[in-house]
Amino acid sequence: MKLVVGQGSCGIAAGASKVYDSISKYNDGKFEMGISGCIGMCYLEPIVDVYDGNELVHRLVKVSEKDGEAIAKAASNGDFSTVSNLFISEEDSSFLSQQTRIALRHCGIIDPNDINAYINADGYSAIKKVLSSMTPEDVIEEIKVSGLAGRGGAGFPTWFKWNAARSSKGEQKYLICNADEGDPGAFMDRAVIESDPHNLIEGMLIGAYAIGASEAVVYVRAEYPLAIKRLDEAIKQAKEAGFVGENILGSGFSCNISYKAGAGAFVCGEETALIESLEGKRGMPRLKPPFPAQRGYDDKPSNINNVETFANVPWILLNGGSAFSAMGTENSKGTKVFALTGKIKRGGLVEVPMGKTLRDVIFGIGGGIKNDRPCKAVQMGGPSGGCIPFELFDTIIDYKALGATGAIMGSGGMVVMDDSTCMVNMAKFFLDFTTKESCGKCVHCRLGTKRMYEILTRIVAGEGKEGDIELLEELCVSIKDGALCGLGQTAPNPVLTTIKYFRNEYEAHINDKKCPAKACSDLLSYRIDAEKCTGCTLCAIKCPVKAISGEKKNPQVIDNEKCIKCGNCKTVCRFGAVFVE
Amino acid sequence: MCNSCNCSKNKSDLTLLDGVLEKYASVKGSLITILQNAQEIYGYLPTDVIYYIAEKTNSTPAKVMGVATFYTQFRLQPIGKYLIMLCQGTACHVNGSAKILKTIEEELEIKDGETTKDGLFTLKTVACLGCCSLSPVMMINEETYGSLTSDKVVSILRELRGKEVQ
Repeated sequence: MKLVVGQGSCGIAAGASKVYDSISKYNDGKFEMGISGCIGMCYLEPIVDVYDGNELVHRLVKVSEKDGEAIAKAASNGDFSTVSNLFISEEDSSFLSQQTRIALRHCGIIDPNDINAYINADGYSAIKKVLSSMTPEDVIEEIKVSGLAGRGGAGFPTWFKWNAARSSKGEQKYLICNADEGDPGAFMDRAVIESDPHNLIEGMLIGAYAIGASEAVVYVRAEYPLAIKRLDEAIKQAKEAGFVGENILGSGFSCNISYKAGAGAFVCGEETALIESLEGKRGMPRLKPPFPAQRGYDDKPSNINNVETFANVPWILLNGGSAFSAMGTENSKGTKVFALTGKIKRGGLVEVPMGKTLRDVIFGIGGGIKNDRPCKAVQMGGPSGGCIPFELFDTIIDYKALGATGAIMGSGGMVVMDDSTCMVNMAKFFLDFTTKESCGKCVHCRLGTKRMYEILTRIVAGEGKEGDIELLEELCVSIKDGALCGLGQTAPNPVLTTIKYFRNEYEAHINDKKCPAKACSDLLSYRIDAEKCTGCTLCAIKCPVKAISGEKKNPQVIDNEKCIKCGNCKTVCRFGAVFVE
Repeated sequence: MCNSCNCSKNKSDLTLLDGVLEKYASVKGSLITILQNAQEIYGYLPTDVIYYIAEKTNSTPAKVMGVATFYTQFRLQPIGKYLIMLCQGTACHVNGSAKILKTIEEELEIKDGETTKDGLFTLKTVACLGCCSLSPVMMINEETYGSLTSDKVVSILRELRGKEVQ
């Protein structure tokens, strides 16, 4: 009997380490304990998996520290009926069973700190196969057959980039992994590195072999300390085992892998800005051409791919490119990992074959909207992406189909919104982000995003003017035209898609000074329903500006001149008497 | 050391950085790594340390300052004992992080980027911590706190403050 406690960042934040310690405390030696990474069922963390040999016999979810003793006893006796209240429900199990896991195949199952756990799960078999029986050209061909496209958001055919780097002249080449995952709301790459770092290493080794690189670097964002720690340990283990370093497996192929931490700059997710940062400079993008494949890191041919792209590579080489391309659509092969968050009942990591619909993911797997509120939209692709309205949820997950809506596939962030989300406010939120993250090199991006942000700020504050929507649209066009890199070129997307699908909300803010979602506080009035109010005066007591008055046991009244719309009264009222309009 | 303005109050012990500089000063492209190590040592990047790094890496203070001010990880002012990083990512925003920010600002009487007068807490909003399923989320030093409510946040801050009194 073995108990495995999931320990990804979210699990630990939800108390998984405490659960582990608590169970350990009562371990009488009759069972083993271990850890795994993140299985991606974030809404159920902390999770304890019970294994009898290699078979998963029970999955305990939402476990807390105080359950430790009971679980330890159950494991000792072999009788888990005493903790059956913690068993995962069938409905919740379907969150995983509806998925097809390739990139995430080991996540939450194996111990990320143990190379042997990876090897026992067919780990490093792909690189053995590659080094013993395939040429670099064979590898590139297999990737071409698979149809694997860049999972970082651009969706560019991976084989093409590898081939370009391979064809470039030069002895010294570099393979770079972009683990800068800066999209707010995206944590797919974090999960892979924390849960299955050897898979990433193996994918990178295969890529390095294909392009002829003897040096590989992972550029990982500083905000992921656990991922950095696990990657560091995994690289050490891989070196000791002879998978990284000189003359790997006696093949004559040598490759050293290292990592460098980012320092907090979203723009460094753009490949040329990332290279600048690797070189110790300000992360300001370069003009392309020349492309990194010709002149990249240290002016040498370099190939950059996203973590998830590499995570698919070992599986493709072991199972064949055709097995990968058998999944998906004509334009988009294989699977894609999404970080499903926001107003969703079941949030976490979802990996599905391309071709599933948004509805399949959000309602089928995610269970729909929290509290069953009306679903409004889903935001995909982070600040570079767009909002897709509920009416279009039968759109398939496919680079072309999603592009046609005005949004993008993106790196995988999928933030679900309900009727209480103001779309104008969301556009403002994204512009706040891109304005701050703009590197400043291009006038159109630097000033254009700032101007858009200012206009959106005025609109949500009730100071919108006629002509603002047209002005925003004009700015969107000029920023797209005048920006050098993807950050600027895609910064207008949230604005363009929210205007396209939610123009009525913009018009309500500007013309009627109203927020249909009742989210923009400057456009709201707080009122008390005299019929429901019991006159307990709790709201008046809690009001920071003494804007509420009335005799005890009589309906209270809010003075809207004084009201600062903090919402305290609504929060404290036990009778639902405070409403917003 | 700066010659043109009086920042001599930055009398940092520069010898603390020598180990790092020995390892990285001659390694091309290591400036960010050096700055990260320096910040680990001093808690922030004092001006005289920036000048020292420039000198030891054959660079200029302007170039080093240019890199230090480009990345949000680097701070040029000391921080409090507890660095509160409040996530302002998309999922956190949709699930009410703005209200949490207001709560923290009111409780500690500081704004984003500031440190409390007693030097205990520094508040910084950050782009995304990647713990979206637990939104709203904040990190205080190495510890992550999720599923925040206004009450929960106040309770966490008061508990930390309580520890100091002891």
